[in-house]
Amino acid sequence: MRYPWLRLGIFVLGCLFPCWWLYQAATNQLGPDLGKIIMDRLGLGALIFLLITLSMTPLQRLTGWSGWIVIRRQLGLWSFAYIVLHMITYMVFILGLDWGQFGVELRKRPYIIVGALAFLGLLALALTSNRYSQRRLGARWKKLHKLVYVILGLGLLHFLWIVRSDLKAWAIYASIGALLLLLRVPLVARRVPRLIGRRGRAV
Amino acid sequence: MLIKIARPSDCKASDITPEGIYLSRRTMLGASLAGAAVAALPGVALGAEPSRYADVEPGAAPGWFKDKLGATRWGAVTVENEAITPFKDATHYNNFYEFGTDKGDPAANAGSLKTEPWSLVVDGEVAKPGRYALEDFVKPYQLEERIYRLRCVEAWSMVIPWLGFSLAQVLKQVEPTSKARYLRFETLQDPKVMPGQRSSFALIDWPYVEGLRLDEAMNPLAILAVGMYGRELPNQNGAPLRLIVPWKYGFKSIKSIVRISLVAEQPQTTWERLAPTEYGFYANVNPTVDHPRWTQARERRLPSGLFSPNVRDTLMFNGYGDEVASLYSDLDLRKNY
Ligand code: HEM
Repeated sequence: MRYPWLRLGIFVLGCLFPCWWLYQAATNQLGPDLGKIIMDRLGLGALIFLLITLSMTPLQRLTGWSGWIVIRRQLGLWSFAYIVLHMITYMVFILGLDWGQFGVELRKRPYIIVGALAFLGLLALALTSNRYSQRRLGARWKKLHKLVYVILGLGLLHFLWIVRSDLKAWAIYASIGALLLLLRVPLVARRVPRLIGRRGRAV
Repeated sequence: MLIKIARPSDCKASDITPEGIYLSRRTMLGASLAGAAVAALPGVALGAEPSRYADVEPGAAPGWFKDKLGATRWGAVTVENEAITPFKDATHYNNFYEFGTDKGDPAANAGSLKTEPWSLVVDGEVAKPGRYALEDFVKPYQLEERIYRLRCVEAWSMVIPWLGFSLAQVLKQVEPTSKARYLRFETLQDPKVMPGQRSSFALIDWPYVEGLRLDEAMNPLAILAVGMYGRELPNQNGAPLRLIVPWKYGFKSIKSIVRISLVAEQPQTTWERLAPTEYGFYANVNPTVDHPRWTQARERRLPSGLFSPNVRDTLMFNGYGDEVASLYSDLDLRKNY
């Protein structure tokens, strides 16, 4: 396995945040509505992991270092894991485990529908993230995993529809997302390495 | 037009801690003996747990507030079988977008708000318009403690002991003309101290505006508050003067008021202008009419713990139906949300 320490580092990092939030909750640092706060942080954390995942390929192109690609899958899986926790906290703290109400929400609220679609997308990617699926799906695997762009769009839309009155935070994440998508447009992608200089520069 | 409040959702006399005990308890608050002292009082039904009041941070109350506090009618309105939200929570989990959009922003940023001196304009369709220094405006009224549920449109709720006086009394004082049909309230606009008003991404058109129908404002439950938890309002809770209309979603209870106008036409409120399909003028708490983004059927009563999520059903008119339902008997509440 290449770069074992890097992988372990990412793994610890992914575990660290939820554990830190739990600790904060247990020591009364999150205020009275801690379930909602943890849920929001998990949603935002998932989006950030998604954005980081999507910056691995451009970074690899920019720097020529292969380590970026090695940790990409794990980062994507962390995004998925955070979304699972995001949904669990939603069920427990927002709906009080009222599954009937979840059915209503799934039918009625566009932002929940969009979030659920993004979740299903992430689920499909997570399930096919292993070597076995990669081999079995062959060329289709790459196509399937292009779904990540759709998921990012849905995630951002979900986030946009939650904004109450101030678009600043959303605008920041959306521009990063847009930049990452832009870097994948072939015309742009071809130019990027040239802009930065020779390949193979280590970090 | 002083209206006496004695309605079914009020506390029975027996539920209210006798004033003498209540006051002596209050003087003990903060002292480490408070808990023991109260526990030693036999047979007292404690509506509000003393420890809840014990963690109140002392403020720097202006002189006029201290003068008024002595004559306060404590426990004038209380709630039955409900715990009062801890002071820390009620003062560190706020929506006051002038100071930022995160729940903790108001507590962090509102320190810069200068509440003294404060002047208030009363104008429009009134016989006695004027600009008042806050202490003069408040002078005629006795403070009452009103313990109300507060239900936010985001589906969380608290129980808060306010100190204030009924809006009906104020209206009587300023004498609305026959043309007056609505009240329009305005919050301070001061981008220098209100970072939220400086944000170029803010969708809100400042200053914040709210409104009530005149008969709603005359309802005895509607008050103007200057304090909470036995002290003056902390800045983040809308100091020095705010509205409290407990049967409506929290955003109706406008904070840091600088202007009250009596008007003939229904004023356009801030949230109505921002998202008319989501926020109506009335904004009565109503579990059967959803906000398009959030269900209103249930609410999180705060504090809601990690292992004790406190989710409960929302009550029509936030449980104040007996007092206010008659205001809306000829109104379709689905259309007039
Ligand atoms: C079935 C799936 C999902 C459900 C039920 C769900 C539900 C929610 C809810 C209820 C909120 C809070 C809304 C509010 O502020 O009132 C929220 C916030 C959020 N969600 Fe989701 N979500 C889902 C999927 C996702 C996905 C797939 C992503 C991203 C990839 C995501 C990212 C976010 C973000 C960024 C926030 C905002 C957090 C903040 O305000 O800081 N969610 N979600």
